[in-house]
Amino acid sequence: MLRHVLSRTLPRISGISNCQYSAAAIPVPSAQPEVHYNKVTVHQDAVSKRSFPTINPATGEVICQVAEADKADVNKAVKAAREAFRFGSPWRRMDASDRGLLLTRLADAIERDTAYLAELETLDNGKPYAVSYSVDVPMVVKCLRYCAGWADKWEGKTIPIDGDFFCYTRHEPIGVCGQIILWNFPLLMQAWKLGPALATGNTVVMKVAEQTPLTALYVASLIKEVGFPPGVVNILPGMGPSAGSAIASHMDVDKVAFTGSTEVGHLIQQASGSSNLKKVTLELGGKSPNIIMSDANMAEAVEQSHFALFFNQGQCCCAGSRTYVQDTIYDEFMERSVERAKSRVVGDPFSMKTEQGPQVDEEQFKKILGYISSGKREGAKLMCGGGVAADRGYFIQPTIFGDVQDGMTIAREEIFGPVMQILKFKTLEEVVERANDTKYGLAAAVFTKDIDKAHYISSGRRAGTVWINCYNVFGAQAPFGGYKYSGNGRELGEYGLDNYTEVKTVTIKVPQKNS
Amino acid sequence: MTSSKIELPGEVKTDADAAALMASLQLMPSPVPNADIKYTKIFINNEWQDSVSGKTFPVYNPASGEQICEVQEAEKADVDKAVQAARLAFTLGSVWRRMDASERGRLLAKLADLVERDSAYLATIESMDSGKPFLPTLFVDLQGTIKTLRYYAGYADKIHGTSIPMDGDYLTFTRHEPIGVCGQIIPWNFPLMMTAWKLGPALACGNTVVLKPAEQTPLTCLYIGSLVKEAGFPPGVVNILPGFGPTAGAAIASHMGIDKVAFTGSTEVGKLIQEAAGKSNLKRVTLELGGKNPNIIFADADLDLAVEQAHQGVFFNAGQCCTAGSRIFVEEPIYEEFVRRSVERAKRRTVGSPFDPTTEQGPQISQEQQSRVLEFIQSGISEGARLECGGKALGLKGFFIEPTVFSNVKDDMRIAKEEIFGPVQQIMKFKTIDEVIERANNTEYGLVAAVFTRDITKAMTISTAMQAGTVWINCFNALSTQCPFGGYKMSGNGRELGDCGLKEYSEVKTITIKISVKNS
Repeated sequence: MLRHVLSRTLPRISGISNCQYSAAAIPVPSAQPEVHYNKVTVHQDAVSKRSFPTINPATGEVICQVAEADKADVNKAVKAAREAFRFGSPWRRMDASDRGLLLTRLADAIERDTAYLAELETLDNGKPYAVSYSVDVPMVVKCLRYCAGWADKWEGKTIPIDGDFFCYTRHEPIGVCGQIILWNFPLLMQAWKLGPALATGNTVVMKVAEQTPLTALYVASLIKEVGFPPGVVNILPGMGPSAGSAIASHMDVDKVAFTGSTEVGHLIQQASGSSNLKKVTLELGGKSPNIIMSDANMAEAVEQSHFALFFNQGQCCCAGSRTYVQDTIYDEFMERSVERAKSRVVGDPFSMKTEQGPQVDEEQFKKILGYISSGKREGAKLMCGGGVAADRGYFIQPTIFGDVQDGMTIAREEIFGPVMQILKFKTLEEVVERANDTKYGLAAAVFTKDIDKAHYISSGRRAGTVWINCYNVFGAQAPFGGYKYSGNGRELGEYGLDNYTEVKTVTIKVPQKNS
Repeated sequence: MTSSKIELPGEVKTDADAAALMASLQLMPSPVPNADIKYTKIFINNEWQDSVSGKTFPVYNPASGEQICEVQEAEKADVDKAVQAARLAFTLGSVWRRMDASERGRLLAKLADLVERDSAYLATIESMDSGKPFLPTLFVDLQGTIKTLRYYAGYADKIHGTSIPMDGDYLTFTRHEPIGVCGQIIPWNFPLMMTAWKLGPALACGNTVVLKPAEQTPLTCLYIGSLVKEAGFPPGVVNILPGFGPTAGAAIASHMGIDKVAFTGSTEVGKLIQEAAGKSNLKRVTLELGGKNPNIIFADADLDLAVEQAHQGVFFNAGQCCTAGSRIFVEEPIYEEFVRRSVERAKRRTVGSPFDPTTEQGPQISQEQQSRVLEFIQSGISEGARLECGGKALGLKGFFIEPTVFSNVKDDMRIAKEEIFGPVQQIMKFKTIDEVIERANNTEYGLVAAVFTRDITKAMTISTAMQAGTVWINCFNALSTQCPFGGYKMSGNGRELGDCGLKEYSEVKTITIKISVKNS
């Protein structure tokens, strides 16, 4: 069964087709991994001495207490990061290739500790261990290796400026970067943030989500182990309104990158405006359309659409949560999707059979159940699921709504849970218009065999990522980010480096220019 | 771990305190005692093979003139076998072609790690086979090799095509595809580093390789073959054939099944390579050839720095560098002082066994090269240059030559026009910046140039005016894997290293799709 699940799920996640992990090779996890690091950065108590509990969402039980960073801790961390970024510091003087080598060594250390990190991730977040082990951690390793390679390739230009001048640009780090990350892919989001920031030579003050601080704190210990100079990376577990807000409005933080809800994204941008105009990049919510044309390969489309929505318990900003199906195949598609959702295995995340674990916490759990009620209330047809899936922990049944109308709450708002909306359309033009009728613009997908339809939709959809006959294909090499309210800037790929770079133009007077 | 700051040849301290030096030597790595030569055969398809002809050739230690071992001698028939293997490894759908680019990068990174693991052994063999001193080999050649492989490992999945806003209802994009089977022919002066310079970009781009190391120095390159296999490259991706230029080299250059040839060596042979490509299948050609590089010293330069850098610039690697700064133009007011100090420095240069840690200069690579350099020195004397020091073979076993300095050198003397490739420094005098620009450029070569001055305007003027692929300002031999390297004029075609190096191993394919309605 496991092999079946993985072979169905994994090849769609980019880049892992060649990865050395196979289902057969996944070691049996410990469901109770020991927590070694629960303090600020690696070993410091919070200034306030306060702490907060982190919960195992599969049971609702407390795993451990974690030091709670607030404004005073952010101030300490910024000071350390500022010192590490001082002109002439070891970090500033380091060869770019050596920055790359440190990132490579960090990737190596994480790869070495894959099993432990995957256990800890599953314990703290609830995602199935088989996925943590085979998807999250390998993608972290690849992301860091990819960024490592950029460190000494991030080149400025020399420019044929008018007049008797010699002109060149230098790509310099921005400085102290605040980074605030989400709980849905704790390790992977950390790598997406650290990789480009460190490759380009910045220093970092990172606040990790209060729901899932444990793996990030362990990675902090690896950062120290591989030899990053002190102060380059500072990791603070804490809450958004205190620690997060202190980062966003700090006068000595040069840039802030945030991944999370659109609602909080607004606050971050405002905080920048009312403080020091720090650079802001945002990776926010989505309500991504997944368009199934009648000529699509049905089996593929059903499976991919299922994966597009239900992967990671539906807790993906790019979840394909508006599945538009052409009218002529709507009924068949619905029937098969329901059948597939009913067969989805929900349960103990440490069981190798499990496809879907619990939602991350009680708040999310309740919010999703609220959305399901609103769907029913507003007249969508509940095709399967709709309820709680276990008597403890935050499990929700895989849920599908049919006859969903564009104006319903479940078709407009980000649910962030295992709830699939299936909508009907007739024409290409109609579906592009409806797909774009949202404030979000993160991702989109189209399933069709027709090259013209594929290109019509891929150029017509206002979104940062478009998948054709696939979904959730991520690679460290390919940029990711949102149009409209889904964000500002891009992460990953070469484009991701722009958001961590100041460009300096240096112009030298010369007596006589020549071509 | 990150303290891998290379001490570049130019940065060797002038007045090393002897006691401090000896103390630091205690901490320095040592050569591997009685290092075994493990690989002496032809490497094809990840297997060690005897030559088709059954022939072997001897490899010598230039410090003693004694034979180290016999190596299988590849000729045309072996090249054919290697090309067949490389072609098969490059077949559409092969493991190598289907591999994720990031995985190609992983293999190269692994190869770098293996070279690092075995660096003391490799440096020992390199010293034994080429005569270069052990410590510089470890700190310059091995580091250069490891860093180059790591650098290109990082590039494997960053070789981007573009999508192009073409006119009309079309979607156009480019793919950067590997060229195919690449022949690579390398010289004996930096056997390992040249191997890395060639393999790094070729493999990052996804090509397969048929590589011929120099017949004088095949041993470390063959050992790399074993590491290529250990790292997990598929069979046929890298093939290494020790052999001679006129047989194996010529077979590569004129082979109909090779898509590209890259050659590093003399300008004379570079011409033959280009001709062979023209006569056979118009294979792509990149060449990194000779140089007669100007090093311009202005009167306002930091004289200590200029003397030391100019010394290292020409004497490094026993003068056997295509980058050697072998024409030193010194501004008139400081000419006498510069010559005096240069001679003093050259006289202090320690020549001796490559395995003596205090040795700065080992032997020339072969008796042939030794004779050729001595013949150049004779021509300098007979054409009227003033021999300030050196000028003779050293009375040791092996192919040693004294560090030699000529002053009062005129531009039309042979020693000022031809590449000597030995420890012979030519010092000329100039008066004005316009004059020195013209004289410096008056050569068929254009590999590198350097200028020493504190005046930013002079520095910028010279750097723009030099017809050379690399210009160093207040430094010399400051090569790095991130920076492109190659020649203007008869010093070569194309560039190695940096992102420029990738272009030489890629074909660009433009793919245009008719679409129904284009939008911006």
